[in-house]
Amino acid sequence: MAPTSPANEPSSTRMELIQGMLDQLPILLGVVPFGLIFGALAVSFGIPPLLAQGFSLFIFAGSAQFIAAGLVAEGAPPIVVVLTILVVNLRHVLYSANLAPHFSRLPGRWKIVLSWLLTDEAFAVTSVRYQKNPSRHTHWYMLGTGMILWSSWQVSTTLGIAVGASIPPGWSLDFALPLTFMALLTPTLIDRPAWAAALSAGLLSVLSAGLPYKLNLLIGAVCGVALGLALEMRQERQASGEGAGP
Amino acid sequence: MSEQALWAIVLSGMLVTYAMRLSFIALIPIAWLPPLLQRGLRFVPPAILAAIITPELLRPFGVWDFSFQNHRLLAGLLAAMVAWRFRNTWLTIGVGMGALWLLSLVS
Repeated sequence: MAPTSPANEPSSTRMELIQGMLDQLPILLGVVPFGLIFGALAVSFGIPPLLAQGFSLFIFAGSAQFIAAGLVAEGAPPIVVVLTILVVNLRHVLYSANLAPHFSRLPGRWKIVLSWLLTDEAFAVTSVRYQKNPSRHTHWYMLGTGMILWSSWQVSTTLGIAVGASIPPGWSLDFALPLTFMALLTPTLIDRPAWAAALSAGLLSVLSAGLPYKLNLLIGAVCGVALGLALEMRQERQASGEGAGP
Repeated sequence: MSEQALWAIVLSGMLVTYAMRLSFIALIPIAWLPPLLQRGLRFVPPAILAAIITPELLRPFGVWDFSFQNHRLLAGLLAAMVAWRFRNTWLTIGVGMGALWLLSLVS
C-alpha cells in the first residue's frame, strides 16, 4: 500500500531542515572569518568579552555589529550607536515583507523564531528557495539555515574573543559571500523586470557605496524594486493595449 | 564607556533590530501595504543580492578599481559566467576563489 502523506511529513520536514543547513555551508566560509574578526576586534576596542559576545547573541547582524563596535571605540553616545544600528539594519524590513506572505499561516512561535533568525544570509537562501522549490515545509528550511548560521556566528565570535582572528587575510575567504550570492542571484532572474531590478540595484549600490551605514544596500534595493515594478507595469499596459486594439 | 551603557546599547540594538525583523512577519499585517508595493516585493531578492555583490567586485577595498589589478573583479566576472551557466553554488565558489588565488599568485 502506498504510504499516506502524514507518514511522509516528518521525513520531508527533516529533509528541508537539513537542506537549509547544507545550503548555508558555502556562506559560512565567509561568515566564520567575519565572526572571528568581530570578536577579536571588539575586545581590542576595549569591549568586555561578555559584552562582545552579547552583540552577537542579541543583535546577530554582522555589519551593524562592526559599525556599532567602531562607534563604541570612538566614544559615540549610546543613542547614536543605537540609531546607527537601526539605520544599518533597515533593510530587514524589506526581508520581513518579502517573507511575510509565506509565513502568514504559521503559528506565532514559528514567526517569533524565524524573525529572530532573519539575516542577509538566511534571507538570501530562503527567499530563493521559496521561488525555486517551494513546499509546505519551507519554513523548516529557513529554521535549518538560520540555526546553523546563528550557532556559527556565536562560536566564531567566541573564538575571536578568546584566541583572536588567525585566518590569513591572503585567503580572501570573505570573497565567498559575493560568490555564493551570484549563484543565488541567477535563478531569480526569471524575466526582464527581475533583470532590471538586479541591474539597477547593483549599479546604484556601487555608485552610492561611499555612503555610511550601508545605506547603499538599502538605496540599491529600493530603487531596484521600484524599477522592476515600473517595467512590469509597462509590460502589462502594453500587453493589455495590444489585446484591446481595434 | 561604562558596562551599563554598553548593555543598554546591546539590548536597545536588539530591540530595534528584532522589531524590524518581526515587522511584516508578525507585527504589521502585510495587507496594509498598498497592493502595488506588495507586487514589488518579488523584486527584493534579485535587487538585494545584486546590491551586495557589485561593491565587492568594483570597490573591493572601499575604492573604485576598474583595472586589471582588480583581481576580485576578474575572478568575479568569471564566477558570474559559471553561476549563470551551471547554477551551482560550490562550483561558483570553487572557480571564483581559485581564480582569485591564481591571480594573486601570478602577479
